Amino acid sequence: MDLEKFKVHGEPLIYGAMISIALATIGIIVGLTYFKKWGYLWREWLTTVDHKRIGVMYIIAALLMLFRGGVDALMMRLQTAAPEMKFLDAQHYNEVFTTHGLIMILFMAMPFIIGLMNVIIPLQIGARDVAFPRLNAISFWLFFMGAMLLNISFVVGGSPDAGWSAYFPLASIEFSPTVGNNYYSLALQISGIGTLMTGVNFIVTILKMRAPGMTLMKMPMFTWSVLITNIIIVFAFPVLTVALALMMFDRLFGSQFFTMANGGMDMLWANLFWVWGHPEVYIVILPAFGIYSEIIATFSKKNLYGYTSMVFSMVIISLLSFLVWAHHFYTMGQGVMVNSFFSITTMAIAVPTGVKIFNWLFTLRKGRISFTTPMLYTLAFIPIFTIGGVTGVMLAMASADYQYHNTMFLVAHFHYVLIPGAVFAVIAGFHYWFPKVFGFRLNDRIGKHAFWWIAISFNVTFFPMFFLGLMGMTRRMYTYSEESGFGPLNMLSFAGALGLAIGFVILVYNIYWSTRYAPRDTNGDPWDGRTLEWATHSPIPAYNFAVIPKVNSRDPYWESKQKNTPLYEDKITKIHLPNNTGKPFILGVIFFFLGFFLVFSMWIPAIVAGVGIIIMLAVMSFERDHGFYISAEEVAATEKKLRGETV
Amino acid sequence: MIKQLFPIRHVIGYLASLVLSAAALVVIYGDLSDAANMVVLLVTAIIQASLQLFVFMHIGESADTKKELYINIAYALFVGLITIFGTLFIFVWGWYA
Repeated sequence: MDLEKFKVHGEPLIYGAMISIALATIGIIVGLTYFKKWGYLWREWLTTVDHKRIGVMYIIAALLMLFRGGVDALMMRLQTAAPEMKFLDAQHYNEVFTTHGLIMILFMAMPFIIGLMNVIIPLQIGARDVAFPRLNAISFWLFFMGAMLLNISFVVGGSPDAGWSAYFPLASIEFSPTVGNNYYSLALQISGIGTLMTGVNFIVTILKMRAPGMTLMKMPMFTWSVLITNIIIVFAFPVLTVALALMMFDRLFGSQFFTMANGGMDMLWANLFWVWGHPEVYIVILPAFGIYSEIIATFSKKNLYGYTSMVFSMVIISLLSFLVWAHHFYTMGQGVMVNSFFSITTMAIAVPTGVKIFNWLFTLRKGRISFTTPMLYTLAFIPIFTIGGVTGVMLAMASADYQYHNTMFLVAHFHYVLIPGAVFAVIAGFHYWFPKVFGFRLNDRIGKHAFWWIAISFNVTFFPMFFLGLMGMTRRMYTYSEESGFGPLNMLSFAGALGLAIGFVILVYNIYWSTRYAPRDTNGDPWDGRTLEWATHSPIPAYNFAVIPKVNSRDPYWESKQKNTPLYEDKITKIHLPNNTGKPFILGVIFFFLGFFLVFSMWIPAIVAGVGIIIMLAVMSFERDHGFYISAEEVAATEKKLRGETV
Repeated sequence: MIKQLFPIRHVIGYLASLVLSAAALVVIYGDLSDAANMVVLLVTAIIQASLQLFVFMHIGESADTKKELYINIAYALFVGLITIFGTLFIFVWGWYA
């Protein structure tokens, strides 16, 4: 067999990456063996169907990807820090910015949000798990294997290098003959199928499994935002699935959907990509809005201002998100009429978003605000996101967009939207819900240090890019001349990137420090919370709630604390839970191999893997598994223990 | 037992979707006018979609969630039609010429 095609040559950095991947793998294997944790890992994590554990695994994967994508970002900033830098060559730079975009959006922001959803949604609606726990495990393993497939591309065969949007004809087999974009189509496809199943799972969970009394208009705002997000997922992701499948046919089987000859149309890729791509932006931002709404209400000690208008603005955003995609390619050649239409729909999105901003401000008004770490991220989000929004309206004007299309101005804009809109939100949510999952809070002082490093460095990194863009620096340039005058601002931006790196290192240090030294929390409600997730113990027992709570207001737990009314009326009875299963993990592994073999056009092994998937699906369809019961006595005993009483 | 192993409704639904997919190939291998081709595609597509909805997605069952069901179908139609007609708007009707 020809091993040559698997190798990536020439770059000391890539050899370094290979060695570090090898060392990390050996380290993990040796560590697990030495501490005899293989059985634990398999029983408690790899085979779990518990929404909380799946959520935690999503978040760990997202944090790892955050660092992978962050190192990509640092390399890019270093390469452009000064004119004529020789740190990366053009090809390597292309690969780095492509994987940075893919990883940050699809393998960092998405899983982080889906992880928080997984942990919190069943708790917030008073349910024992999601509607389809096993499907949930399959979703996770497909996402994870897709992410791994994309990550090995760096050292096996070469990374995708046509940008995260992979525009044709550049991404076609003719102009990108390496396997890089094969990885793109297959890794995204595998994790995308997982995301689609998550969408179905959470819509059913939220519509069908709410605690008695929780009508739609009594759902917590995070639950609302997740419901709408998942509806967008279900309607937007099929477009990506189809587009990626056509891309795969073009690259592997010689079809001509996106070529420029034989009736193909290269621009149709850009079109389909953004039909999915723009709703995708709202898929990562709407849950963030939900997280902020929860945090602002909790730390202002007030109920959310304008609940109904919040819900309606999210519904309107979800509809508008499907009406704006052409604003990503104003310069592609469509006429004035088309650009004007998409210009207007784009600007219209600013209206419901503005409504939400004002609602948050009115919630803060006259509130008793406590400045905790999650609250700081939330408060920083409002002004920074507004800058992102205003520059977004600037970009939305088609005629003006011709001036700064594809410049660093755009890069600055979308980082100003996505970092406060998604990254700050998931970090805030992470700090906010961390004690619920692990039973202790992250240290507030270290957390605030990290916050200030991140918030200030973020602006130092990205604000200069607005000016660079207006000066004419286009995005994705791997170097520039000294005469261009781009040097000083790029150097400033690099300094900011280093600050961001320090901030994230402090954040991780905080997890380590708090795990060792933070005081353990005993009552399950460290922030004086309002919604149902705070009503159960932390760490959360496997069955979530010993008795399903009864809801009669929007802030049921707050209400019950204030009025001293009981949340639980029923007696403890036996609880039905699903069994663990290793099949989702095995299915994920087979998908990984299918993807890998298809990337390298190894047909016989690919067919074997494909048959393996069909066999697994058949086995899982015919399997009968009725789950198990925890007896009422055992639940009562666990409850006593969690309350700190001796059994 | 045999009913469980051979759910007649689903098997017929499955076979029908295969037949409908094959029937649509007339457009490529047949020798019909453009208008007739479009009719063939529309008719097979509509039957195919309703087959999916009724046989596999149980749209006729459970009366209590009818409202959510219709909202979802309306949303799906909205997204589908916007995508199709929006694409035509960009590349055909509104293309710079």
